[in-house]
Amino acid sequence: MTLQLFLLVAAALFAVGLYGALSQMSIVMIMMGLELMLNGVIVATAAFWYYVAPGETDGQVLVVVVITAMAIEMAVGFAVATAIYRRRQVDMTDDAADLRG
Amino acid sequence: MADPTAALPLWSVLVLPLLLISAAWVAVAFDAALTARARGGRTEVAAAVLLPARETARLLVGQRRRTLAPDRTLTTTGVVLLPIAALLAAAVLPLGARPVADLSVGVVWFNAMEVLAWAAVWAAGWGANSMLSLVGGYRFVAQGLAYELPHMFALITAALAAESLRVPDIVAAQADLWFVVLMPVAFLAYLVSTAAMAFWGPFDAPVGRDVAGGAALELCGIDRLLFVGGRWLLLVVAAAMAVPLFLGGGAGPLLPAPAWVALKTLAVLALLVWLRRRLPTVRMDRFAEFAWVVLIPLTIAQALVVAIVVLQRGGGM
Amino acid sequence: MSVVLFWALAGAAVVLGVLVFRLDSMAQVTFALLGSFLAVAGLVLLLGLGYLGAVIALMMVIEMVIMAVFMIMFMMNPAGLMPMTMTHNRRGSLVISVGAFVVLAAGILLVDWPARDGVPPPDPTFALGEALMGGQMLTMMTLGVGLFATIVATVVLSTDRGRYDRLGDELDAPVADDPMGGGVGR
Repeated sequence: MTLQLFLLVAAALFAVGLYGALSQMSIVMIMMGLELMLNGVIVATAAFWYYVAPGETDGQVLVVVVITAMAIEMAVGFAVATAIYRRRQVDMTDDAADLRG
Repeated sequence: MADPTAALPLWSVLVLPLLLISAAWVAVAFDAALTARARGGRTEVAAAVLLPARETARLLVGQRRRTLAPDRTLTTTGVVLLPIAALLAAAVLPLGARPVADLSVGVVWFNAMEVLAWAAVWAAGWGANSMLSLVGGYRFVAQGLAYELPHMFALITAALAAESLRVPDIVAAQADLWFVVLMPVAFLAYLVSTAAMAFWGPFDAPVGRDVAGGAALELCGIDRLLFVGGRWLLLVVAAAMAVPLFLGGGAGPLLPAPAWVALKTLAVLALLVWLRRRLPTVRMDRFAEFAWVVLIPLTIAQALVVAIVVLQRGGGM
Repeated sequence: MSVVLFWALAGAAVVLGVLVFRLDSMAQVTFALLGSFLAVAGLVLLLGLGYLGAVIALMMVIEMVIMAVFMIMFMMNPAGLMPMTMTHNRRGSLVISVGAFVVLAAGILLVDWPARDGVPPPDPTFALGEALMGGQMLTMMTLGVGLFATIVATVVLSTDRGRYDRLGDELDAPVADDPMGGGVGR
């Protein structure tokens, strides 16, 4: 249960999320990939706090920031997906590659 | 006097489900007695008391219904998760003076465990591949979004007045004044959210008669037993949590703390069961707007008032 | 004991994360992601951050249920009843993600991490609260303003009717023109 083990788990989560974010076509699935990446970041941040600088609170504040970033990203992502769907009746990023309309 | 900072010993993990089930039994019997009385007949106490046993036996031997192309994984997840969420949330409930698990973030743990019910009811509604069942699941999500913020603010206000997230600390902080007197708006918001969280009373649209049973429509046999039993357990746990948060925990003259906790819990449960008969089912769109436009500002204002009181008392840093 | 718990939670997090992109049914995918999040919350709890673990669990359950609603709304194959693949550039993504993992793992195993500096405070929750309200107040305010901006942006992006649609050109209609009635009547 060392720092490196936690970081490896975080890297694995990040890699899985990266695969999803790059390969999925639907906006909601891409967001799931992003969520997994941020998951990995949370594990890494918490592990750094515990194993490197537990006396400080900076690690915990960073976890709070990442959690908030996750919430913000999900909310705005869904709003954007709703807006695109209203406009173009699709939810694929392949069909949303241009800025027109 | 038991050390209020220690958790109960390990065997209490087994006692806790039994206590919750007996409280749910009493509540079901009371509800059945009220139903019998409302139908115009006599209040048949013996039949009402035996009703939970009869229903459990009937559902245990019942056959599970198999719809077309169901999602068995999600249905099973949903129906199993609902009682588990209730039991996990009850881990921080003080049985008397001490809870089974004395978490330093007890209030947040309670909140986190009871939102598992959202996932549970949605999954149970979705898994059956049935339209009305899906409608019931979605209604519960809409209801959840409406009640959750006032619920969280009510919990935070109680923790604020006690300056701690530990439930025994909140009980100890009510030694001279119960929080129901100090923060009545938060107490009312908490009661509303208790009914909404267990889709009970005026908030039973997710399993309402206009959707033929809603999320519980296609559940039969052991599935239905777990789902309906989980709903009763969640109601009991949420009502029981009102006692340490707002009603002073085990405080009271003459009787020992566990007896007072039981009495107060049963009083809150009786109130909730009785309220179901008096109030019609609330529609989700009306409740959502009411919750966001009226309840949230009220609970925030309540939190502000309590924060000022705490600062005046000399608390804080 | 905590080592067993660590491996169980870590394994669950990664396996459920992979399942997110392998399962057919979108509803099951959302629940797999929820399971992965709960495993991460467990890992954070293992590291002694009780409040953060509970908050992660709480927020993620609510978020995943909302995400399930959106998945069913937008995705073409919500129940997985017809198997279809909705991916592009699978091999490229696989190469990139495996490559990223290898680079990160190499870095993790080869870097000389600093030694532990201090011990965890007796009440990390209190320390966090003190920090956010004290030295890290700027972070707190930024998060608050950011969340408020998110609320406003989300509502603006996702609603296609504004005040003028609801209340007329002079904002003086007696009753709001909504598709669903009810509410407090404004």
